[in-house]
Amino acid sequence: MSLPADYLEYPWRRHGMDHDRYPYLSLPERKPVSWPNGAKVALWVIPALEFFPLNPTGKPFKAPGSMVTPYPDLRHFTTRDYGNRVGIYRIFRVLDELGIPASVAVNSAVAERYPALLGEVTTRGWEVIGHGVDMDALHHSGLDEATEAAQLDKSLDSLRKHSGQLVTGWLSPAKSESFATPDLLGSRGIEYVCDWVNDDMPYAMTTSSGSLHSMPHSTELSDRQLLIDYHCSEDEYVDQVSDAFDCLLAEAGRSGGRILSLPLIPYISGLPYRIKAMRRALEYVLGHDGVWPATGAQILEAWRKGQG
Amino acid sequence: MKHDPALYEFWPYKDRPKITWPNGARIAFWVAPNIEFYELDPPQNPARKPWARPHPDVLHYAQRDYGNRAGHWRMMEAMDRCGVRGSISLSVALCQHHPEIIEACAERNWEFFSHGIYNTRYCYGMDEAQERAIIEDSLETVMAATGQRIAGWLAPALTHTERTFDLLAEYGIKYTCDLFQDDQPQPVHVRKGRLISMPYSLEVNDVIAYNSYLMSPRRYGDILKMQFDQLYEEGAESGTVMCIPLHAYLVGHPHRIGPFAEALEYITSHEGVWVTTAREIAEYYYEHHYADTCRLLGMTPGEEIK
Repeated sequence: MSLPADYLEYPWRRHGMDHDRYPYLSLPERKPVSWPNGAKVALWVIPALEFFPLNPTGKPFKAPGSMVTPYPDLRHFTTRDYGNRVGIYRIFRVLDELGIPASVAVNSAVAERYPALLGEVTTRGWEVIGHGVDMDALHHSGLDEATEAAQLDKSLDSLRKHSGQLVTGWLSPAKSESFATPDLLGSRGIEYVCDWVNDDMPYAMTTSSGSLHSMPHSTELSDRQLLIDYHCSEDEYVDQVSDAFDCLLAEAGRSGGRILSLPLIPYISGLPYRIKAMRRALEYVLGHDGVWPATGAQILEAWRKGQG
Repeated sequence: MKHDPALYEFWPYKDRPKITWPNGARIAFWVAPNIEFYELDPPQNPARKPWARPHPDVLHYAQRDYGNRAGHWRMMEAMDRCGVRGSISLSVALCQHHPEIIEACAERNWEFFSHGIYNTRYCYGMDEAQERAIIEDSLETVMAATGQRIAGWLAPALTHTERTFDLLAEYGIKYTCDLFQDDQPQPVHVRKGRLISMPYSLEVNDVIAYNSYLMSPRRYGDILKMQFDQLYEEGAESGTVMCIPLHAYLVGHPHRIGPFAEALEYITSHEGVWVTTAREIAEYYYEHHYADTCRLLGMTPGEEIK
């Protein structure tokens, strides 16, 4: 038995990346960025409003947070729903009291099911980020391009209609993409995508269509990864957000503006026993000079101005 | 299969009418010991295996059995010290297997509600007659053993069918602990009669804490206090509900009971805490808040079925 001959062929073995979506450019080589009013660290808070169907197909995999037990898994359906009914309202209250705007990633199913919830985002003047149809409508290469395009349009058309916003940011459900997703996003007025977690700063991506940028939506510092996957305590979560901020603030003194992104899942951070930890983490950040709380669109705009 | 169970209305936790509790309490606090019986050699349900290993799965069977032999008595003592009556989520076959436990709880005026017959018999795949049979068995078994008519339900091992809630209401069950969408009670859509969801605080269940989140006992004590602090604070605006769902096979171990008991003392030492049972919360809610809430949510208040 042997493997086919092409198993030892390496067509993309070259300087830089093994694809053409973006060139390699190390973080220290970047052009330093200036944020408005001389701020050093942009604070980008990104709650997600997600709908998990009771009867998921689970294709090509189950998104984190999806149903677990045999049908009908009311346990997971209702705990997720708790986030959209109760948890997010705790988060709204904390962000309001601290004066922090958010970019809210919204499944179009949530916008359609709970118009009042979407209204909480739009009346605050916060940004709506496209977040797919629901958490069982993943983007992946098992879909042909027309099917994926229709799925994308279904989400974006609905979100744009219901929010009245242009909707220029995109977070794929479960950060799952096909090879074509960036091309499809670029041709639909999406300016930035949050799925590529390979940087601390924005960078330009190459698409067959329009301009598209990657924005640093941190999975590693997300409430899901720290509190759920790593089983960190609330104090450990606060410590890690604080440590990340300290590092970015110090780097900003040498290298230009930095970004601290905080993804929040309402059914995780919005629980009664966790909400104060989220508040403490944000209070720590805001307790420093040079912090610019902003939306993703504002951060990208400021970054692009500085790129010349 | 349904995309959405459509069991209740979307009801944002904002600007809701104020919920009041007796004597101006801010929070209704209840403790739900799950007193369960797991069988050594249960029949197979096509949707779910009862045990991870081939039968007899001695390790896991015995791990559960620890609760009834040792853990329960320690847990009950900790609750006695704080004057907390349990609202028992009961595998009703325990009335046959361990009447000693039933008697001890009945003496303390604890509440019994149904958690199915055994925690190794799941509702997946049951036809309507079978599902009715477990409800009728629950009503009859608990009545015969304790004189109590069960008022609440937590499906065995959280296993349901699409008709579960309609049937519960039809039999006059007042509340279900199966829906985790809120920290306040809420009317549930049922075909006939009436039903409310009783907040069960699943996220601070000891099984979730120890087996899903792999917490240490002291951290579990901490989250119980933090959960209470937040709901107590919010309860100043409108009454909240906090439950501590327990399993003596976990919380009743010597290394875990201390931090739990300390959290219980912390919670019950506050002013404005209504230390009560789920039945009493449901009765109060029906009397003072149910009809208005139904109307607010565009639902027709259901008639009580006795």
